[in-house]
Order: sequence, then structure tokens, then C-alpha cells
Amino acid sequence: MQRLIKNISLIWNRFKKSNEDFWLEIEEQLILNDIGVKTAAFIIEEVKNHCRKENINDLEQIKLLLKKYILEILNDGAAAGSAKASALPDYNLSNSIPSVWMLVGVNGVGKTSTVAKLASFFQNAGKNVLLAAADTFRAAAYEQLDHFAEQLDLPIVHHQRGSDPGAVVYDSIEKAVARKIDIVLIDTAGRMHTAYNLMEELKKIKKVINKKIGRDPDEILMVIDATTGQNAKHQAAIFNEAVGLSGIILTKTDGTSKGGIVLTVKNELKIPVKFLTFGEKIENLEVFNAEKFTDLLFS
Amino acid sequence: MFDFLTSKFEDLFYKIRNKGKLSPQDLDGALREIRLALLEADVNFKVVKEFLDNVKEKALGEQILESLSPSQQVVKIVNEEIIKMLGSGGGEIVFAGKPPTVIMLAGLQGTGKTTATIKLANYIKNKYQRNVSVIAADIYRPAATIQLADTAKKYGVEVFIQENTDPVSIAVNGVDFLKKSGSDVIIIDTAGRLQIDTEMMDEVKNIRKKVMPHQIYLVLDAMTGQEAVNIAQQFNESLAFDGIIMTKLDSDTRGGAALSVNHVTKKQIKFISTGEKVEDFDIFYPDRIASRILGMGDVLTFIEKAEKVIDEKKAKEFEQKILSNDLNFVDFLEQMKSIRKIGSLDKIFAMLPIQNKSKMLANVNLDDAQINKVEAIINSMTTEEKLKPFLINGSRKKRIASGSGTTTNDVNRLLKQFAMAQQTLKQFSGRGHRSGQMKGFPFSF
Repeated sequence: MQRLIKNISLIWNRFKKSNEDFWLEIEEQLILNDIGVKTAAFIIEEVKNHCRKENINDLEQIKLLLKKYILEILNDGAAAGSAKASALPDYNLSNSIPSVWMLVGVNGVGKTSTVAKLASFFQNAGKNVLLAAADTFRAAAYEQLDHFAEQLDLPIVHHQRGSDPGAVVYDSIEKAVARKIDIVLIDTAGRMHTAYNLMEELKKIKKVINKKIGRDPDEILMVIDATTGQNAKHQAAIFNEAVGLSGIILTKTDGTSKGGIVLTVKNELKIPVKFLTFGEKIENLEVFNAEKFTDLLFS
Repeated sequence: MFDFLTSKFEDLFYKIRNKGKLSPQDLDGALREIRLALLEADVNFKVVKEFLDNVKEKALGEQILESLSPSQQVVKIVNEEIIKMLGSGGGEIVFAGKPPTVIMLAGLQGTGKTTATIKLANYIKNKYQRNVSVIAADIYRPAATIQLADTAKKYGVEVFIQENTDPVSIAVNGVDFLKKSGSDVIIIDTAGRLQIDTEMMDEVKNIRKKVMPHQIYLVLDAMTGQEAVNIAQQFNESLAFDGIIMTKLDSDTRGGAALSVNHVTKKQIKFISTGEKVEDFDIFYPDRIASRILGMGDVLTFIEKAEKVIDEKKAKEFEQKILSNDLNFVDFLEQMKSIRKIGSLDKIFAMLPIQNKSKMLANVNLDDAQINKVEAIINSMTTEEKLKPFLINGSRKKRIASGSGTTTNDVNRLLKQFAMAQQTLKQFSGRGHRSGQMKGFPFSF
């Protein structure tokens, strides 16, 4: 009898241990995708509870549950495929033209290329687009954007290097109104979220837009490089506090990083992903699809 | 830089420090916290595992649990292990026996290669007094060449540009040309590329084969996540690079990528890039950064910089004046100016060993523009007012405000802050003499 009890507890312990190892391994998989400790723990807790409640012990089923809960985060808590999930708008355009979108982010994430890709995306949808070269800081930022403007045959507004980006935005909207442009896409200079003055400048640009169109920009999108780790959360938090982000554009997803950090951003800051870019070609942009993205995380 | 990791450890060791002895549970608890901190800091999880195993082994091996000051020992071990992970660190440029020395930079898109090219060129030019030139071999990103050429011109660096040809030929022709024009050092800026893009990796391998650079540096974004390990490893397999330039350390990134990349490739981080200015570029010091991680702040850097700009005799006088309650705006302005020579306020703050920095920073506005305002106000005072601030009455305030382009409110605020600072400084310097060790240091030097 003594012996049996001992054996049972041995098995129990081993099972318990392997069980723990199993979840630890799942946690590591999530962390490996830059999902972050807190959000990973949150997802695992949800799945664990679900498993306990329904007595699930099968690996394939557990994988499905992981996907389910990740999708719920991305879909604002709505179950995948549900009417609520599909009713979420992809992005916001204004009823009165021009719609004004502003792209922000730290240095080197791909803002300028993304502006070009968005322009091409809307051009293909039959819209008139105007580009505002409000990155007046980086050498050749205008030339880079202008290259795309020429390629796509789009109007572009720019001032001298080092000039006030707010003035570029002002002129852009004036011109857009005069020419009955549908969408103004504003490319801003890359800036570290830790640079106080540059964040203030961004607030000012937003104010200029509000004064000019009588409302806030229709989208203020922060561009996140999929290679970025946990710092993206800090970036999003600070940019969000400064100007109020309406969404995220995840870039460089053709690399080996899948951008799991956006899950953390969504889970902890409630900022949704709206677009994804995946290559150097101008057409390498698509509207964010939560299911496709989740599948990629597991591929 | 590395602020987040630092604040995590600060909190952790603060907790441990208050205990006399460390129990095995404490050690496990500490290791769990360290694991979390490192993972949140983007250190690759495999590296984290190894790191924790090492720390645990050392901690137990040294009978830390029996020792009188266990927390100091844990700090010491963690410190040593982090330094070990960071490798032997940055350094000097190794010049070729016969000039020119050719250096090539490579990396993913958007890591800051073009900026790093100019910064490195400027650094070598100033530090070694060499003739440095650069080659623009990124033909893919629109206007990349213009970006390089524009900045290079500004800093007196020669640029080689060639249109309508491939990057390999540009590099070969560039080295030939610049060799003849008498360059001591040639830096090649290559296009950003994914480590899994075979065609693009072949291209950069070809440049390497044809040009045979003396040094190849991988440019790595300090904000890179878990993949940093694979990115570095694969670039290393293709190029066998010699060192790493870590960029964007002016962000509040936790910088864990530095730990993992160095650990996995065994290649040194040579340089770090810390801001938008061309001068924001420095040698990488692993011990200093480990100190920061452990909550001592980057004190060494701070002291080194401070020594360069602060006149010791004047500092003594200043201290005397504080003690005798004799502080005036003339001294104040002088001190402020010498401190500003060290760097911008947020950079100075980042170097200091202060507990819970991130929490504090949330409420502190480290704005240099505010300081400019203060300077303007003081400069608008008469000498008499500067020496005897109590003279400043209503009409004087008005005059000072209009002279400095501020408001009387601003002047009032400064006067009030000045009075408060006088008080605080006096208390602070009085206490400082009694306790030998500054509060906030986990252990003394």
C-alpha cells in the first residue's frame, strides 16, 4: 500500500512536471515570436483554463485553442469568423474629401516605402492620392518619396529640407482641397519616442491637420518593423499618448520575424493592426487579416 | 540605453538588498525575476536559459547562501556573467598594413547602415586623423545614394558614386578610384537585405570576394527582437563579419539583442550609435553597459565626460557656496553650462545611478528647451541681480521677462525653483559627507 501511494505520486509528479514543461515550451514558442512574457502568459492562462474546463488533453486541440485565443485578441474579443469580427472596419476614410492619413514611427521601420505602397493601394481602388513629404529632416527623404510619386504619377507637396513639417502638411491639404483629392498621405520623419521635442512636433502636425479639416486625421498609423522586439510596445504607448494612434502597419513581414509584438500591442494597448507589408515591391501591401497572420505565427 | 533592463534589476536588487541573508527560495525568486527581465529585454530565450544556469551554478558554487552579504554576491555574479555575454567589447579600428583599409557595412533594411557609414567615417576621421571616403553601393533604395552623398559632403568625406551598374562593380571601381585619390580608409555602404534572400546575400558575398574588405561590420538595430540571433548567425555564415555596430541605442530599448547576438556569434560589438547627430557614435564598453544593467548607471562614462568639462577648482568653490548659502545666479549659470557640455539632459540622466528611473522619467520633462529658457532669463538679469537674486522685484521681473522673451510667470517660477534648489543642495551636500556610500549603489567601487 505504501508502495502504491509512492508510485502514484511519482507518476503524478512526473505527469505534473511534464505538463509544466509542456506549457513552458509553448510559452517559449510564443516568446520566440516576440509576443512578450505578459501576453504569452495571458494567452496560456486562457488556454489552460479552457483545457481544464473541457478536459482537453490533445496537442492538436490545444494548438487550435491557442489560435482561437490569439484571434480573439486580434479581433477585439470577437470569435473568429463571427459576424462581429467581420464587421470590424479595415480602415477609416472620411465622407468629405480629402481623407487625411498620417504615418508615424521610429527611424528605419519603412514609413516612406509604406506611404508609397498605400498610395498605390488606393490608386488601384480608383482614388486620387496626394503625398505630403513631411519628413523634412532626413537627407534625401523627399527624393525617396518623390521617386515613388513619379513612378505612380502622383502629386507631391514638399518644402526645403529642414523646414517646418507643419507647413508642408498645411500646403498639402490646401492643394488637396483645390484639386479635389480623395486621400492625403503624410510621411513624417522617423523619430525616437524618447525624443521629447520631436514628439511635440508630431502633436503640432496633428493640430495643423485638425485646424485645416475640422477634425483629427482619419487615420494616424504607427509603422512597426516586424523585426522589433518588446520595445515596440513602448513605442506604441508613447506615440499613442502623444497623438492617439488609430492603428498599426506591420512592415518587413517577408523576413524571418513574424511580428508577434503586434499581439502584445493589441492586447495591452488595444491598438489594432490595419495593414501588413511584405516585400520591396510597391504592391507588397495588404489589409491585415487576423486569421492569415495567426496561421503564419504557427507555420 | 539599456534603461529597461537596468530598472528591472534595480527593483530586484533593491528587494534583495534589504534582506540580511538569501534563502534558496530567494535565489530561485531572483532567477525567475532575472529570466523575466531578460526575456522582456529581448534576450533570446535560449541565451537566457544558459545565462541563468551559469548564474545559478556560480551562486551555489560560491556558497552564496552562507555568505554575509549574499545580495552583493548575486549582483557580482550577474554582473560578471553579463559582461561575459557581452564579449570583450568594442574597440579600436585595426588598420591595414598598407592603406587603404577597406571596411564594409551590411545588415537588414532600416537598421541605419547609411547613417552608420557617415558616423563611422566621421569618427575615424576625427579620432585617427585619416583621410576617409565612402562608397555608395546601395542602388535599390530610392535616393539612398543622395542621402549618403549629402551627409558625406557636409562632413568633408569623399563619396564614390557610379550610376547604371551593379553594386559589385561599384564597390570594385570605388575602391580602385579612392585608392588612387589617396584614401586611408574606405567604407562601403551596402543595401539593406534579408539574411534569407539568397540572391541579395550572394551579391554581398561577391562584393566581399572581389574587394576583400579588411573589416566587415554587421549593422544591427538595438530594438531587434528574438530573431536577432538568427539574423546575426546567418549574416555571419555568409560574410564572416568582424564586428557589430549597434544602432538606435538612443531609444529606451532594453537592448537584450546585444547580449544574445554577441553570445551566439562570438563577435564583438564594436560601436554603438546613440542619436540623430553624426557625433552620436561611440566605442562599445561591455563593462559600462553591464553596470547600467545592474543599476549603477553608466557612471564611468559620466565621470569620464564630466572630467573633461568640469573644472575641479570651480566645482569646489561651488560646493563651498552651497554650504555657506551663498549661491547666486552667476555660479548657477556657470555650472549649468559645464553640465550641458556633457550632453543633453536626457543623456546625462540616463547615465546616473538612480532608482526606478523609468518611473521617475515618466513625470520628468527632460527638455533642453526649458534649459534654454532658464539661460535666457538669467542672461537678461543685471550682474547685480544675478549676484543678489533677492533684489528682483516686480518691475525687475517684468524687465527680465521682456528681455528674455518669456513671461513674468516664467521668471517667478525660476526664482522659486532657485530658492528650492538652494535649500535642497544644502541639505544634500550636508548629508553627502556623512554617509560614505551614495544611496542607490548596490555596492561600492
